[in-house]
Amino acid sequence: MIRLFEWLLAGCRMRSPWIYCANSGSCNGCDIEIAACLTPRYDAEQIGALRQGSPKHADILLVTGPLTLRMRAPLCEIYAQVPGPKAVVAVGSCPASGNVFAGSPTVVGALAQVIPVDIYVPGCPPRPQAIIQGCIQAARLLATGMTADQRAEGNGRE
Amino acid sequence: MSEWWWVLLALLVWPGLVGGTLLGWLFFWVHRKLMAVAQGRKGPPFYQPFFDFVKLLGKRVLVPSGINRALFCALPLVSVAAVVCALALIPAPGNRMPSFRGDLILLLYLLEVPALCGILAGYVSRSLYGEVGAARETILLLGYNLPLLAAVIALGVHVRSFRLESLAAAPLSPVHAAAALAFVLAVPARLKRNPFSIPNAEQEIVSGSLTDYSGVLLALFELAHSLELVALVGFFTILFVPPAAGPVAAVGLYLCGSMVLVVLIAAVAAATARLRVDQAFRFYWRWGALAGLAALGLAAVG
Repeated sequence: MIRLFEWLLAGCRMRSPWIYCANSGSCNGCDIEIAACLTPRYDAEQIGALRQGSPKHADILLVTGPLTLRMRAPLCEIYAQVPGPKAVVAVGSCPASGNVFAGSPTVVGALAQVIPVDIYVPGCPPRPQAIIQGCIQAARLLATGMTADQRAEGNGRE
Repeated sequence: MSEWWWVLLALLVWPGLVGGTLLGWLFFWVHRKLMAVAQGRKGPPFYQPFFDFVKLLGKRVLVPSGINRALFCALPLVSVAAVVCALALIPAPGNRMPSFRGDLILLLYLLEVPALCGILAGYVSRSLYGEVGAARETILLLGYNLPLLAAVIALGVHVRSFRLESLAAAPLSPVHAAAALAFVLAVPARLKRNPFSIPNAEQEIVSGSLTDYSGVLLALFELAHSLELVALVGFFTILFVPPAAGPVAAVGLYLCGSMVLVVLIAAVAAATARLRVDQAFRFYWRWGALAGLAALGLAAVG
């Protein structure tokens, strides 16, 4: 019975990734591409993705921008507010490496220094298809129990 | 003894918990799909509400610190229980629960419980967005209940009974037309749909009173919301669609009547933008009140 529920739950996690977008000092380029994912052309609701206003409703945290010093603490708080199991998708080149802002005294640089990142979507900005694919891969990680959060909790499969 | 079995059956299976949940998921999918089609999108797959519900069951629950924990956790349960009881009272075809005097009034009270729970949830979570959502919902509640109650009272006066069974069996009349209009005016605000999606105004005030809810508790609130949809459209069908002869035809007519109202709500939601709370309130106390007064006047004359 518990096996059956776990199997069901994995399938449902795969098909219902709710998204919360956090802008940590982005130039807004990636945010516009994320907005495009929800428009009729790319329609992310087909895979069950919904953009949520509250991090407490979300499964996937989409982070854009090179993580400015000012956004460091708020972003950690947002990450803590997303109830587990959760996945983090870094959208664009900025959260991956700092991009052209790397070395600036006002940015932290790579997002992975602050919160564990599961999926990187490269590009400046990435195409909407790539962002949707990143979300699908993050949902697959959630379903298989392989996100950094699930492994840290120790309830994921190794 | 057998009477209690019927009550239990009505509560748990049809038209209560199980039947209501399945129907609610179907109606919610229809709503989301129609919205998507109206916007030129493909929309979510058929099983989407079920996926969302089970996924939320598997999420961790976060309870904010410094609040009344018991009340915070009890509110979604209370609202689901109240709507399930309301559904069981509806004399849908196949519901063998005995009707009793004044069950219409009980139904109205039970249907009000989820809205009150939503308001309390907003205040109890002590989130700023929750409080704004709860305040808006309180104002809106005073607006849409005017036409809703006027419609139901007009029908009660017309039929001279507050029993759901006799209201359902009453032949159609001009009172029904005016009351149906008032009822339909009230429904979108009752379900927080556009143009009256003011209390939950997504992205504007995060998600209103549910902002701080997560996991199972959020799933229960969503479930209560879809059951509420089933109860309201079922109530509408019982009141305004004349009963059919055979059992199959009766079930078919019940489902068709409900579906027509669901499609109507979705069409209105897709075609309109959100109003301000003062505009919505003015709308209800002007046009809603007019429709309600017309129904009451016709009932008093006829």
